[in-house]
Amino acid sequence: MSSWLDYTINGLILGNVYALVAVGLALIFGVSRLINFAQGSIYLVGAYIGWVAVVGLRTPLFITIVLVAVTSALVGLIIERFGLRPLQNSVRIAPLLATIGISFVLDQIVMLTFSPNPRALPSQLPDIRFQIGTGTIGPLDILIACIGITSALLLFVFLRYSKLGWAVRATAQDRDAAMQMGVDVNRVNQAVFGIAAALGGLSGLLVGMYYNQIDTAMSLHATLKGVVAEVVGGAGNVPGAVVGSLLLGLVESYGVAVFGTSYRNLFAFLLLIVVLVFRPNGIFANAKQAPPEPLTGTFIAPSRPVRIPRWALLVAFAAFALLPLLPVSSYVLQTLVNAWLFAMLALSLTLVAGTIGQVSLGHAALLAIGAYTSALLSLDFSVPVSVAIICGGLMSAALGTLLISPSFRLRGHYVSIATLAIGEIISLVILNWETVTRGPIGVSGIPPLSLFGYEFVSAASIYWFSFAIMVLLGLLQVRLLGSHIGRSFRAIRDDDVAARAYGLSLNRYKALAFIFGGFAAGVSGGIAAHLYSYINHETFNTQQSILALTIVILGGLGNVAGAIVGSVALVGLPEVFRVAAEYRILIYGIVLLLLVRFRPQGLLGTI
Amino acid sequence: MAEEINAPVASHASLLSLRGLTRRFGGLIAVDGIDLDLAKGELVSIIGPNGAGKTTLFNLVTGLDRPDGGEVRLDGKAITGFSPERLAGSGIARTFQLGRVFGNLSVMENVLIGAHTRLLAVKPATPLIGPLLELGLALLRPAAVRAEEEQLREEVRGILARFGERLLPRIDQPAYSLSYANRRRVEIARALALRPRLLLLDEPTAGMNPTETTEMQALVAELKAEGLTILLIEHKLDMVMRLSDRVVVMDEGKKIAEGAGDDVRNDARVIEAYLGHGLSQPAADARETAA
Repeated sequence: MSSWLDYTINGLILGNVYALVAVGLALIFGVSRLINFAQGSIYLVGAYIGWVAVVGLRTPLFITIVLVAVTSALVGLIIERFGLRPLQNSVRIAPLLATIGISFVLDQIVMLTFSPNPRALPSQLPDIRFQIGTGTIGPLDILIACIGITSALLLFVFLRYSKLGWAVRATAQDRDAAMQMGVDVNRVNQAVFGIAAALGGLSGLLVGMYYNQIDTAMSLHATLKGVVAEVVGGAGNVPGAVVGSLLLGLVESYGVAVFGTSYRNLFAFLLLIVVLVFRPNGIFANAKQAPPEPLTGTFIAPSRPVRIPRWALLVAFAAFALLPLLPVSSYVLQTLVNAWLFAMLALSLTLVAGTIGQVSLGHAALLAIGAYTSALLSLDFSVPVSVAIICGGLMSAALGTLLISPSFRLRGHYVSIATLAIGEIISLVILNWETVTRGPIGVSGIPPLSLFGYEFVSAASIYWFSFAIMVLLGLLQVRLLGSHIGRSFRAIRDDDVAARAYGLSLNRYKALAFIFGGFAAGVSGGIAAHLYSYINHETFNTQQSILALTIVILGGLGNVAGAIVGSVALVGLPEVFRVAAEYRILIYGIVLLLLVRFRPQGLLGTI
Repeated sequence: MAEEINAPVASHASLLSLRGLTRRFGGLIAVDGIDLDLAKGELVSIIGPNGAGKTTLFNLVTGLDRPDGGEVRLDGKAITGFSPERLAGSGIARTFQLGRVFGNLSVMENVLIGAHTRLLAVKPATPLIGPLLELGLALLRPAAVRAEEEQLREEVRGILARFGERLLPRIDQPAYSLSYANRRRVEIARALALRPRLLLLDEPTAGMNPTETTEMQALVAELKAEGLTILLIEHKLDMVMRLSDRVVVMDEGKKIAEGAGDDVRNDARVIEAYLGHGLSQPAADARETAA
């Protein structure tokens, strides 16, 4: 039985590790108002470079540390130069999407190079424990503390006494003024990304050594933890990020002590939501702080949507409706069913992210709510499947909106973080609420799709069923967009300050968007559950959220036809070309990056 | 100093009344104890050098910012610190200094947003049922909703017609494609669609050439003649002198003078604070003769 002192030491050590990630995020946010979603990927890269150095090259500890820091910094510089600098003058959503794309590309490259299997990362330090009072401390703990404190000191000296450090601080305070005074903002960005990446990579190395294990799933959680710590400390506030990290480490450590390890991440995300709701500027921000400069400039790329003639839509509809009558393999039909299910999710996301501008990164959680509701209702309460699916949609609309509502007061990148965290919370609740969700075992034996007692068993009938529902939801959404609500959504996206000044309540319309979108996503999840007959907490994951986002960007934000075209393209084409599953995410990431850079309005244009 | 300032008009007739309105940003007092009364149908201009606190004052009145002290009353009712949504609902419309149109919305849609608070479907204020009813009405679109939308579109065309041929031919174009001057016009059209009781115009002619400025001046004069109560921030002094019933001069957050245009113009403090910062005396004279 470990003592409280042990948990405290553990918490502080963890906090130190988070601080290395969070400080980098804070620096980047400070100079470019960007939350770098690729920070966790650099952490992952750092961990694997460390593994190569320790296991492959057998470098001594000091060389390992230098190697990891330098290589990670290089990766950071490359991200800044080729991923973000070309987007400097583009719309606000572009760099956000770019870092998401970069993060997926990096994660996949690491995964393809080293395989997703966990690897052991030995710590290179003697395995002894020193007794301190009632607790113990090992040499690795001391090393982590030393690296944390040394980095903080070096950073302090750099920011306070070097010319480039002054430039960084000046840029963080007022980018335009700094530029006019001759500060080379590109060099500042480079410096900041280099430092952030070096710290992030070191953090990955240390965590790997601490747990003596690394795997490719570390990336997303590192980003989330770092962001939580940064937001808790106040975005862009470097000392705040350190304190936020230590706080997060302690909260997690004590939480695990009381409730057990499977709740570890839940505390981090709950802390994030609580801070975002009650102190959106961080726990150190003065409540009476001047409001942030009203954001001007458009959030999404201005464009004129491509007008598709009515006859073309009818021809396409007829062609897809009649497809099962033609001699096509059931494989093609299954692939398209998958595309229709994704299209429903994309319809939901294009409304939420495109039409009202709330870029949700946890959208797959809405699928999960719909799927579990529908599956459990039909299994435990013998509700007819069709009714259960509708209930799944309604539950997703109600519960999803309720859970996401704390993020309604947030803007831009914060919405993405909050939705990502809420998605993780939902997945963790499903995992831990065993009495209802059956926990890690998942739900099996879910009855197949049926309508009025008629069971859909043939590929064709399943195809028609999902196609019809997708078309119905699409038409409903077109009707919504044509109403005053569609207009209000788009006005809020384009300028929420002006929208409020004309009486548009942000909470009301964001809630309506999530209610409407939540229903479509919930129905999609419900159908999927009955189709798969087995679901668990990992069936609906972040990869699907990212795929949905790529589909939405490809089709054009807010564009209903675009969401459907994008789904067929991104879900269907890889099947047609038999792209191996492990390369698909990589392709989605690259597609996302290319789109953001070269065709931000997507194929069919933003609406 | 306070007694030297002209006494505000009797407050019982005033539509908008500010008392001791104050807003601090850290050590800086952006708006410092401003008293102001605006009678129904009156046009009052606020002038002053850049950074005098004019736009901050607008933000306090329209709810985009909360005052640290003082009181705002609309028609005698305290509205201090109300949300902008609520204030829009009670008939306060404004334009923005930097021009905030909805870039991806067409001119028609931009102006229709101005009429948002008047929509039938938006009216039910019940917390949970209201929004769901609104969603239902938007999807089902019963005859009343369709007729309302049609009638509003007609009204928008009428409002746009006030700008001659500037906006009507571009009615379906997205606002991001408009010229700077046309965006300002869209903002004013959007404000008019609210059917405001009080209109706040923040530099409506910024960035406009002399012809466009004259057009805008004529429009504001027309609105005043129709009885609209207007609070105007403007740097073009000849326009201010022609349009205003009264002029308020702000400097460093304080009201330093108030009165008829000519009185204010000859006030020594104003010349020092306002003209002294920006224009040299000969330049100001040249401007007067030009006007």
